[in-house]
Amino acid sequence: MARAVARLRRACRSKTYHRRGLWAIKKKNGGKFPQHEKKAKNEPAVQKPPKFYPADDTPHPKTRRKVVAAAKLRASITPGTILIILAGRFKGKRVVFLRQLPSGLLLVTGPFAVNGVPLRRVNQAYVIATSTKTDISKVDASKFDDAYFVPAEKKRQKKKGEEEFFEGDKEKKSLPSEYIENQKTVDSALTAGLSEDLKGYLSTRFSLKSNDRPHLLKF
Amino acid sequence: MPFTRFVEIGRVAMVSYGPEHGKLVVISDVVDQNRAVIDRPDEIRRVMPFKRLILTDFKCEMTRLAKKKELSAALEESGAFEKFAKSAWGQKLAKRKAKANLSDFERYQAMKKKQTRSKEISKVAESMQ
Repeated sequence: MARAVARLRRACRSKTYHRRGLWAIKKKNGGKFPQHEKKAKNEPAVQKPPKFYPADDTPHPKTRRKVVAAAKLRASITPGTILIILAGRFKGKRVVFLRQLPSGLLLVTGPFAVNGVPLRRVNQAYVIATSTKTDISKVDASKFDDAYFVPAEKKRQKKKGEEEFFEGDKEKKSLPSEYIENQKTVDSALTAGLSEDLKGYLSTRFSLKSNDRPHLLKF
Repeated sequence: MPFTRFVEIGRVAMVSYGPEHGKLVVISDVVDQNRAVIDRPDEIRRVMPFKRLILTDFKCEMTRLAKKKELSAALEESGAFEKFAKSAWGQKLAKRKAKANLSDFERYQAMKKKQTRSKEISKVAESMQ
């Protein structure tokens, strides 16, 4: 209690003035506190009133301040980690993680020869990272970027217009051979390092069994 | 069949309920009909009701409310904690813990092993019919 009182006494305005040496600064400056020159205010430009006011208020979009950055990669996901895809066509499939693309999506592959998952982009949120890791040092994943996947994904999304509906199914456009070649290269580099066990593991889909409690499962 | 596991000073018990369930402790003293003072070399000595304790087959030789040094020495000499780990009960607990900590890949491997084993068994069973 006494200490608090002493502390308060020391912190009072006059004591602080003396302790900080403000009296010395004043003395140096001829009895006044030094002040910097006030910046000359620029006269604001004269704005002429507009000649025309629209009848209705035009809607203005609100300024967007949100910056969308690539999602931060979970610490459990490192190159070579085996992931379990949870949604989409390949749900339940176990795949090998290659790298995170600039958009934030994860580049994965089955390998295609093992479980039919091609080089593909996957969102981190729809993935469980297992603790199993494989060696992907032989794989050159840097040549695949977001633009590589855009034509393949656009093809899927195109909805049929009326004309096209009546024309019937067009011939299936096969993927350019470049994609198939790339897949083969990546596959061969990957499967060389996989044990038989791992290959069997990757070719099996994950599913929950009766006795599994997801919150207690360790991946 | 007579009783073999008694509440006594030095009896090793397992905490069966509460935040520390699964831990082995030593009964250091008895407070009354319902409570004991339990102790562990790495934890503070405290009172716990008997309802939270399950007695084990093992005990160590120690005096009432022994200090930590004496307690550790007594436990080492009797080897009670190690003996418990080797017992059937202890091994069961270890197995359960190991199973719970299996990774996804290890679960797959265990499943494969079980499958091959079942196949072998059914082969033999078929041949015997």
